[in-house]
Amino acid sequence: MTNMNPGSTANMQIEDELSEDPQALDRGSLSYRQLVWRRFRKSKLAIIGAGILIALYSLSLFADFFAPYSYITDNMLNRYVPPTHVHVYDTKAGNLRWPFVYGLKSTRDRETMELSFTEDTTKTYPVTLFHRGDSYRMLGIVSSNLHLIGSDGPFYIAGTDRMGRDLFSRILFGGRVSLTIGLVGVFLSILLGSLLGILSGYRGGWLDVAIQRIIELLSAFPAIPLWMSLAAALPAGWSGLQVYFAITVILSLLGWGGLARQVRGKVLSTRDADYVMAARAAGASHWYVITRHLAPTAYSHIIIIATLSIPGMILGETALSFLGLGIRPPMTSWGVLLQDAQRVTVVLHYPWLLISSLPVVIVVIAFNFVGDALRDAADPYSN
Amino acid sequence: MSEPLLEVQDLVKHFPIRKGLVTRTVGAVRAVDGVSFTLQRGETLGLVGESGCGKTTIGRCLLRLIEPSSGSINLYVDGKASDLMQMNPAELKRVRPRMQMVFQDPQASLNSRMTVGDIIAEPLVVNHVCRGAELEQRVVSLLEAVGLRAQDRRRYPHAFSGGQRQRVGIARALALQPSLIVADEPVSALDVSVQAQVLNLMTDLRSQFGLSYVFISHGLGVVEHICDRVAVMYLGRIVEMGVTRDLFLNPRHPYTEALLSAAPVADPREQRKRERIRLTGDVPSPANPPSGCRFHPRCRYAQPICSQQEPQLTEASPGCLVACHFATELKLAGV
Repeated sequence: MTNMNPGSTANMQIEDELSEDPQALDRGSLSYRQLVWRRFRKSKLAIIGAGILIALYSLSLFADFFAPYSYITDNMLNRYVPPTHVHVYDTKAGNLRWPFVYGLKSTRDRETMELSFTEDTTKTYPVTLFHRGDSYRMLGIVSSNLHLIGSDGPFYIAGTDRMGRDLFSRILFGGRVSLTIGLVGVFLSILLGSLLGILSGYRGGWLDVAIQRIIELLSAFPAIPLWMSLAAALPAGWSGLQVYFAITVILSLLGWGGLARQVRGKVLSTRDADYVMAARAAGASHWYVITRHLAPTAYSHIIIIATLSIPGMILGETALSFLGLGIRPPMTSWGVLLQDAQRVTVVLHYPWLLISSLPVVIVVIAFNFVGDALRDAADPYSN
Repeated sequence: MSEPLLEVQDLVKHFPIRKGLVTRTVGAVRAVDGVSFTLQRGETLGLVGESGCGKTTIGRCLLRLIEPSSGSINLYVDGKASDLMQMNPAELKRVRPRMQMVFQDPQASLNSRMTVGDIIAEPLVVNHVCRGAELEQRVVSLLEAVGLRAQDRRRYPHAFSGGQRQRVGIARALALQPSLIVADEPVSALDVSVQAQVLNLMTDLRSQFGLSYVFISHGLGVVEHICDRVAVMYLGRIVEMGVTRDLFLNPRHPYTEALLSAAPVADPREQRKRERIRLTGDVPSPANPPSGCRFHPRCRYAQPICSQQEPQLTEASPGCLVACHFATELKLAGV
């Protein structure tokens, strides 16, 4: 993003352009990307969406620091604790004070033999910033036990699960898998889809027919049973990381078709454009035409489709993990978290477990906001 | 002047019509059906005719941007003729710089993602002619040759008017110093005032760079202004070809007469006096042309022979070729 302000543009021009009105020159020399960006930032929803996404991705990436607990810290005494209330008003002293939490008092229900929790107002624990808690090794580089926020007492803002693990922390850690699986999956889809789409559109003939029939075949399969059978074929002995990559490959192998179609359409419409003719008349090779003219034109399209298909991937992973065929514990993802909420009785007694569906909804909507705005901005020459 | 640059013999382009799930060819659109002409060095030959008569197809076939079905296209390089149709891709790439094209739609012929400088530099880059500062220098001098400013090279096509974009297209065509430029309706998409500027530019460049043009147009006024000779096309064939002045004054083919009568004259009094020939019916489908003379269903002079026998393109007077059975008998009105 250079040349954005007229002052710096004027400085970059050489002497022969000093007479030029800087404002007019600036508009004329804006590149395609700059024009798209100008339009994109006019959409408020897109800016909000992009902000949410950046926030969620960084929260997940640095989950070790942002989460109050580690995702595997369990506490069998604190199973299914409802979300903790953070207090600022001390009823005993009768004054406002720094946010604090009360301790927990557990009582066993005589009929169900389940523990239920109430606040133990005799014990108070202040909530502290830069709390020293579980130690971690962030991204395998930084070792620390510093957490942005935490408390020595029970600090479960989204409650705990059946093993007494903090749900909020697990949501942040689960985002690592759920958010990146979309990106990695879409990246693989783009590679496959744009390659085959360009080939199909440019080369035409029998190759085009063959690729189109394969796409139709793929899209004719019902998605969930197909995912399930592929996921079920994964060896049980694989590590979490291997399963993670296998799942992305499965999702992208089945998701490239739509992208390839759209790229093909774009290539078909630009293949016979006059500027391609001109390049060929100058003696340009097919490779040159594809890399300099066809691919860049399809490129903006590809980014939009990618943005719009990331939510599909995220939902796909969530669905697979929810069914128990995706990410395996102790690794966690939003789908794995929702797995706990499969049984109606659990949902009835511990409704806070459903909080883990909230980030899925937010991310999908945010991606759609961004994608829609990109689509509208992609053609900056129209009004 | 009488040194040939391009000789086209029996150029044919049929587009197959395919049908069905298992594609089979059920016919052909005869877009260009046996066209021959010779272009002299330094000459401008106009190709005129209504839309769908195959003008653009000829233009693209000449540069082998689309594959002609048959015929020969002899290009003279340094006095030696070589047939483009016989060339393999490597040989073709070597002669491509000799002939370039200017397109009709200045919007569609420039890639909106590239700066004007990059667009003009493209032919030079593709052919590894030069690079770096020398490339920059060449681009600047090309811009100046077509009446644009050096600093325009950093701007994108959307910042230019239609006429300016067409100038960019012309600069790109000039980049490889060709001897032939096929101009496919280069001014049809422009305002009349801008048309004149672009035509004058093309005339200037012709003498400056020693160019020859094949000038495709449906506007007779434009053709009269710039062309030395004109070929009138109807349904994939040339029906009349001659020196511009002659052809406009004394058309010898009924179709030429009709075309000329359709072109408006600037003086309204003159215009009112003229007889307008209304052609009845539509242009027949080039997939299924009429028997005999292709123009006979719409010709007001048609005789029985016209529907049976196809007239050949023959010399009716020196330098004037006509394909009509009655070329010497009819008294036709010019302008």
